Amino acid sequence: MDLQPLLLSAKVAAISTVIVFVLGVFLAHLFAKRQFFGKSVLESLFLLPLVLPPTVVGFGLLIVFGKKGWIGSWLLETFDIQIVFTWTAAVIASVVVSFPLMYQSAAAAFENLDGKLEDAARTMGASEWRVFRTVTFPLAWPGLLAGLVLSFARGLGEFGATLMLAGYIPGKTDTMPMAIYFAVESGQMEKASFWVVIITALGFSIILWLNWWSRRNLRRFAADRR
Amino acid sequence: MLKVDIRKRLAHFELDVAFETGNDIIVLAGASGAGKTSILQAVAGLSHPDSGTIALNGRTFFDSGGSSGRPLPARSRNIGYLFQDYALFPHMTVERNIYYGVSKTHLAAARPVVGQLLGVLGIGHLLGKYPHQISGGEKQRVALARALAAEPELLLLDEPLSALDEETREECQDELLRLHDLWQIPFLIVTHSKSEAEKLGDRVLRLKKGLIVEESRGTMEETPAE
Repeated sequence: MDLQPLLLSAKVAAISTVIVFVLGVFLAHLFAKRQFFGKSVLESLFLLPLVLPPTVVGFGLLIVFGKKGWIGSWLLETFDIQIVFTWTAAVIASVVVSFPLMYQSAAAAFENLDGKLEDAARTMGASEWRVFRTVTFPLAWPGLLAGLVLSFARGLGEFGATLMLAGYIPGKTDTMPMAIYFAVESGQMEKASFWVVIITALGFSIILWLNWWSRRNLRRFAADRR
Repeated sequence: MLKVDIRKRLAHFELDVAFETGNDIIVLAGASGAGKTSILQAVAGLSHPDSGTIALNGRTFFDSGGSSGRPLPARSRNIGYLFQDYALFPHMTVERNIYYGVSKTHLAAARPVVGQLLGVLGIGHLLGKYPHQISGGEKQRVALARALAAEPELLLLDEPLSALDEETREECQDELLRLHDLWQIPFLIVTHSKSEAEKLGDRVLRLKKGLIVEESRGTMEETPAE
């Protein structure tokens, strides 16, 4: 059995998770304790991919990154870089659909943080960066990790938007969900079953671990608070 | 010398207070919601008044009529702040909490200072513990040690003893007075307890709806009027 879909899915999900984590943590922290005009509109925009059909997200991405898209055409003309039908496209699709999960987890984690702890650090001479590094981030970590894991799982399972932007090119853009769909299409039920088992096992163990871990941490945090 | 002369619009009234002190213990007394904590926050730089001036030992923290216009950030004020619920970092040991405000370059100089604090407060045996593993009275002492470890020029205390039982509270009051004798810096203490105000304060400023309505001398010692 060719393991290419597993490796590609893992690569795409891993890279996408790193991007989503940095972006999600940065934006959620930026927005967490500020109120400004248009904040709820922006946040709704961030969460939109969560409720839209994947085809709509994929369509939107084609308009932006397609060969004639706003960014796609510029990339093609300036750097001779094509996004569509490459694994980069799969990463982009995965980033867009998993970002809402990361953003929500991170925003909740930062909002639940006791602001006094950050203030205490400030009065002790800590710069904003040190406050973030030594107080905000470690205390928000349980929530951030939950977002990270969910984003990775979402990235592994991404299908709809990926199909529209990256297409199905064996050896190039055949992630696990793609492999399943096209195996079924061509009647290769055995191949499809193989990937179904793999992806279900992966997803199940991720959720199982996350549940176990967060329950353990909840207990520890409850003990810390009282 | 601490000089405070500030005005700030609060939810239900305007805070308008002016006072100055050498190395005394000033107690801000009054019902909750009278603006006491807002004064501490303004002095600490965690929130800013609408107008007025705040200066400590010739350094201007805030001056609405000044040329620079920008308030000095909290981290540059060199003050200690004891929060109402102590705000100890739950993810750090007592030792790391206490040394948080000590910069690496001052570590050697700070060791004897911290050593003395640990001795006076009797918390040397707690260094390896986490905040959730120690009692309320111990937390209070650790927070006090942390606030003083970086050798601040002023100590702000927000309801420092309200979370303690009667017996511990009296012990801690005596400790505060002893530390003040040793440290020789102004203490600004917020409390709503009349007996505590009288016991601790060289001067007691009673606040009502943002105004100082009464100033009295504490009963502990006779200080000549400045």
